[in-house]
Amino acid sequence: MADFFHMGGYAFYVWASYAVTALVMVGLVVASLRGRRRTEAQLRLLQEAMPGGRRRRGRDGNEA
Amino acid sequence: MHRFANPAQFLRLANVIQPWALAVTVALLALGLYFALFASPADYQQGETVRIMYVHVPSAWLALFIYTSMAVASGMALVWKHPLADIIAKASSPIGASFTFVCLLTGALWGKPMWGTWWEWDARLTAMLVLFFLYLGHMALLNAFDDATRGQRAAAVLALAGFVNVPIIKFSVDWWNTLHQPASVVKMGGPAIHSSMLLPLMLMAVGFTTFFVWLLLVRVRTELAAAKVRAMRMAQVHEAARPAGGAAEQRGTV
Repeated sequence: MADFFHMGGYAFYVWASYAVTALVMVGLVVASLRGRRRTEAQLRLLQEAMPGGRRRRGRDGNEA
Repeated sequence: MHRFANPAQFLRLANVIQPWALAVTVALLALGLYFALFASPADYQQGETVRIMYVHVPSAWLALFIYTSMAVASGMALVWKHPLADIIAKASSPIGASFTFVCLLTGALWGKPMWGTWWEWDARLTAMLVLFFLYLGHMALLNAFDDATRGQRAAAVLALAGFVNVPIIKFSVDWWNTLHQPASVVKMGGPAIHSSMLLPLMLMAVGFTTFFVWLLLVRVRTELAAAKVRAMRMAQVHEAARPAGGAAEQRGTV
């Protein structure tokens, strides 16, 4: 096990590479999911504020 | 193809693909990591540092793959002016920039023990750095204009013009004398790499790609919702500015 973590003396380089990769991928996931949650919350708020409740395509209904 | 350019159709398709992409990603990365770290041999020259390859090379491939798909989306956006193509390009570039960054950093971490230097201004490394700046430029241009459409057009032109860099990166190791080793997987005459190392490399590469697909769908979904939010805000502004009783001027607000 100690051998495994030692990586033939290159532990720093090998583990730092995997750590950087993992950090960036996790960061991307967190940022993207957080962005989606925030935007969808904004959308819900706006849709609730719209008179007549949820509408998909704005207010073209009462035209003409 | 045009059928999926419709956002509603696209979302339906995305709903089907997304859970599968996530499941496949988790499975491939788990399996890939097992082979990359435990069940593959050390290199006879590079020792254990060869394991850096299993994150370095898939990141590089993905960075190029994302740029290529971004250039295709940008071309489609310029020709057909379809908003979904712009959204795909916009959702792609931060992911591409991230993987280019991973590639550069893991490359430095591999270069130090094997070449004796973190960085060298040779063709492959410099072209990869240019790719990183192209991604950053794309992201910056998108936000540089008050008029979002102008930003999208400028970013699309940059993405297309910058595409010349992709074949330069691929063939840089053949065209110039460089520290970087030449291609050993995608080359004439088949891969020159033992299957015990090719297997983890491929598992990680495909896993990275499905990860990109999943993440892209999440971000496209976000952008579609953001577009709806902008349209509704715009409608509200028009509503507020409209003199009472004037219902005639509503066309084109959404």
